[in-house]
Amino acid sequence: MGERFVTRGFVGRREDATSGPMGGDERRRRTPPGQYLTTDFPVLSAGPTPRTPLDRWSLSIEGLVSKPVSWSWAEFLALPARDWVVDISCVTKWTHLDMRWRGVSVDTLLEGLDLDPKAAFAIAWSDGGYTTNLPLADILNSQAFVAYEYDGKPLAPEHGGPARLVVPARYFWKSAKWVRGLRIQATDEPGFWESLGYNNRGDQWREERYTDD
Amino acid sequence: MSIDWQLAMVTAVRDETPTVRSFTLGLPGWAGHRPGQHIDLRLTAADGYSVERSYSIASEPERAGEVDITVERIPGGEVSPFLHEVVVPGDRLEVRGPIGGYFVWEAGLGGPLLLIAGGSGVVPLMAMARHRARAGSRIPARLLFSSRGPDEIIYRDELDRLAAAGDGFAVAHTLTRQQPPGWTGYARRVDEQMLAEVIEPLGAGVRAYACGPTALVETVANALVRLGLPPDRIRTERFGPTGT
Amino acid sequence: MEDRIAMMHDDPAVDLTVDGSAVGGMLAAAFGVEMTAAPGQCAHCHTVSVVGAMRVYMRGPGVVLRCPACAEVVLRIVQTPRGTMIDARGAAYLVIERG
Ligand SMILES: Cc1cc2nc3c(=O)[nH]c(=O)nc-3n(C[C@H](O)[C@H](O)[C@H](O)COP(=O)(O)OP(=O)(O)OC[C@H]3O[C@@H](n4cnc5c(N)ncnc54)[C@H](O)[C@@H]3O)c2cc1C
Ligand SMILES: [Zn+2]
Repeated sequence: MGERFVTRGFVGRREDATSGPMGGDERRRRTPPGQYLTTDFPVLSAGPTPRTPLDRWSLSIEGLVSKPVSWSWAEFLALPARDWVVDISCVTKWTHLDMRWRGVSVDTLLEGLDLDPKAAFAIAWSDGGYTTNLPLADILNSQAFVAYEYDGKPLAPEHGGPARLVVPARYFWKSAKWVRGLRIQATDEPGFWESLGYNNRGDQWREERYTDD
Repeated sequence: MSIDWQLAMVTAVRDETPTVRSFTLGLPGWAGHRPGQHIDLRLTAADGYSVERSYSIASEPERAGEVDITVERIPGGEVSPFLHEVVVPGDRLEVRGPIGGYFVWEAGLGGPLLLIAGGSGVVPLMAMARHRARAGSRIPARLLFSSRGPDEIIYRDELDRLAAAGDGFAVAHTLTRQQPPGWTGYARRVDEQMLAEVIEPLGAGVRAYACGPTALVETVANALVRLGLPPDRIRTERFGPTGT
Repeated sequence: MEDRIAMMHDDPAVDLTVDGSAVGGMLAAAFGVEMTAAPGQCAHCHTVSVVGAMRVYMRGPGVVLRCPACAEVVLRIVQTPRGTMIDARGAAYLVIERG
């Protein structure tokens, strides 16, 4: 393919990471390699938006736990929750700083569940059939939460509401929308995108986009 | 078949409405296209960042060596405002195509033909109408065209001329937000009743092509099925979030 | 299945879906032939539809084509530095017509 053609005058809809209210240095420091800052919240979709009525909704933890658990919507809302302000990076190259969520820490969900010593991976599964895989080490210790509010409002269906997993330290496809459960396993099992060319771990600071990155 | 990216020269820019602009792209090696097909357009910044969008071909295949595209400016969009604000004749743009073999109509396919457009969704249907006229076809054809207001009707004069030619082409307009005094066309969003009225004179065996914002195409396709059109006679081209 | 179709037709993010021809360029580049008029059979409900009539979700890491009758995944396409990866598990068959 010879020289790359450059379109005269085109820069794209990208925020300048070097200026802005926070100061350029901080914004640059918080922007992972190959990412562009945005203040939008783009909708990523792989299928139609599920509409599970809240009275039929539940969140469950199953697999290598001594006793599987399942919360109704009311029970889930009664769990201890907190506010989270985190930077989110999507593999489609946008990074949004300081996104404000409210949700329940994965630590809280797993508390007292008595994990089998062999437990090493969590497979998040969602309404609509989406799955994504994460080592337990990537979602414990306040690294992940199940969010039900964004920016002070109930999480919109197109953004994964009523509840989605959020794993800020990984590309956003790991933050499963419409999450309904975590299956705890001894062995890893690539999810919807991990099984087709996307990186198994997806650490945005190491720019782990594709399988071999 | 070659689908490689090629460089097109912008040879003319023309305003269709206050928010819609047409661009003529000179393509010396253009192999020709079929009405309803589109091109992919790729914009690349100096640092390698690039984006791609699809644009339907507005011109008829009888015109050789160049194609017209017609672009609605979507506020906040990445590509359409760039095309409106930055691109001038003499610029070069990277394109590939022609693309598509399903959402196409040519006179040889027959009719009667029902075309339904919302806003810039009229673009590929215009290629069909222009082709129909240039090919001397008398296949009965009707266009139902939804626009927001009178100043936002794309290709208005040309559509008037095509409808006045007396060769079996008719246009019904609906204006959804604003109607001029004395307006006799429809004045609401496209619905099943409107489609039934427009389709009625065409008789049996209609081929329908619906194009525009996804929400409009969704409504039209569902209504046409309820009106009894076989699903394989309904072809759709959803443009995505085009803001209507 | 009824639920899934209702989801597809009544979706707050419906505006983000397009038709199969939107990926016609990508598919033509990958397969070397025009693909939007190519028929394929859904492995879930066995409906045959052409690629151009499938529903496309392309605002994400990859492209997902879904069956217009049952909304299940028929094709998934990801462009990686190595090339275009296509998962056709959801298709019972896909006809690549002679170019
Ligand atoms: C086959 C085909 C043919 C087409 N032909 C034409 C044509 O002839 N003429 C024409 O004008 N258009 C046509 N389109 C539409 C065109 O491809 C572009 O989608 C359109 O120009 C908008 O692009 P943009 O870059 O300006 O806007 P974008 O940057 O894509 O944004 C468009 C709007 O959607 C919103 N948006 C974008 N991404 C997301 C997201 N992830 N989540 C939520 N909101 C989002 C934006 O905020 C904005 O309001 C066609 C589309 C297809 C698929
Ligand atoms: Zn199916």
